[in-house]
Amino acid sequence: MKSGEATAAEARDEAGLIARILAGEKELFHELIRPYERMVYMTVFAIVRNETDAEDGAQDAMVNAYRHLGKFRGESKFSTWLATSAMNEGRQKLRKLKRAKEDSLDEPVQGEEQEITPAPLTDWREIPLEALERKELREALRGAVAELPGIYRQIFTFRDLDGMNVAETAVALGINENMVKVRLHRARMMLQKRLVPFLKTTAPARKGFWGRMPWS
Amino acid sequence: MELNCKHVWAHISDYIDDTVTAELRADIERHLEHCEICSAILDSTRNILVLTADDRTFELPVGFSKRLHERLALVLADEADAPTLK
Repeated sequence: MKSGEATAAEARDEAGLIARILAGEKELFHELIRPYERMVYMTVFAIVRNETDAEDGAQDAMVNAYRHLGKFRGESKFSTWLATSAMNEGRQKLRKLKRAKEDSLDEPVQGEEQEITPAPLTDWREIPLEALERKELREALRGAVAELPGIYRQIFTFRDLDGMNVAETAVALGINENMVKVRLHRARMMLQKRLVPFLKTTAPARKGFWGRMPWS
Repeated sequence: MELNCKHVWAHISDYIDDTVTAELRADIERHLEHCEICSAILDSTRNILVLTADDRTFELPVGFSKRLHERLALVLADEADAPTLK
């Protein structure tokens, strides 16, 4: 659900589509959800963290969205309603998998008030295109996102992977917009810090550089 | 206002999302002009977001869409599964 797609979704009159589905043109449901397949999958994946369960959960979320479509009142965007549904499906699946204790999305994360400082590097700026084409960097990013604490993984997935805006993310998660911004910042800084080792391999050795770090 | 590195880090995310005030943006940019550490941190964070938005990084399983619509077709064909209005 990148912003361009969202605009297209609005342009195709989703409210009208939903009304027609509820009036009996059921087949239009395929068309209604097509722009959101990726978002729903990624939302569930962010919670269950494995492909098989994410696919099952995403399918269940879509089926439930169809069955409960009449409950959608249009107070939020359809995509936000669907994201919430996907998140609930993911959480339910996680509980079934009996992994909830390991990583609850509802429990506060220890040290949330602690400041997270980014890690210094000099090389990425110099070879951005090369770096971004490296397969291992993609793998490292996937791993780093998977290792984020649940609340940060969810925020990062909604905002930076699914392209939801701050207001939509706040509604979907039931938190205020400022909290979305704070947690997103922390999530991004955690990822930056985590990924620096993958970028340092080609960092130029610069005598004295580390000695003048502002935090040293 | 003269910002130090820690101030800049605290606002990196909002700076990338363009939700800082014009005044703060100008202060950050003044700092970035002479601080290669913060410039590199900013660029690396930005690049993480570019990489995240690239569909090749977080891929859907092969055949995901086909399987989804096949299952939906079965559900839609079943009258008992028609959407409820409440």
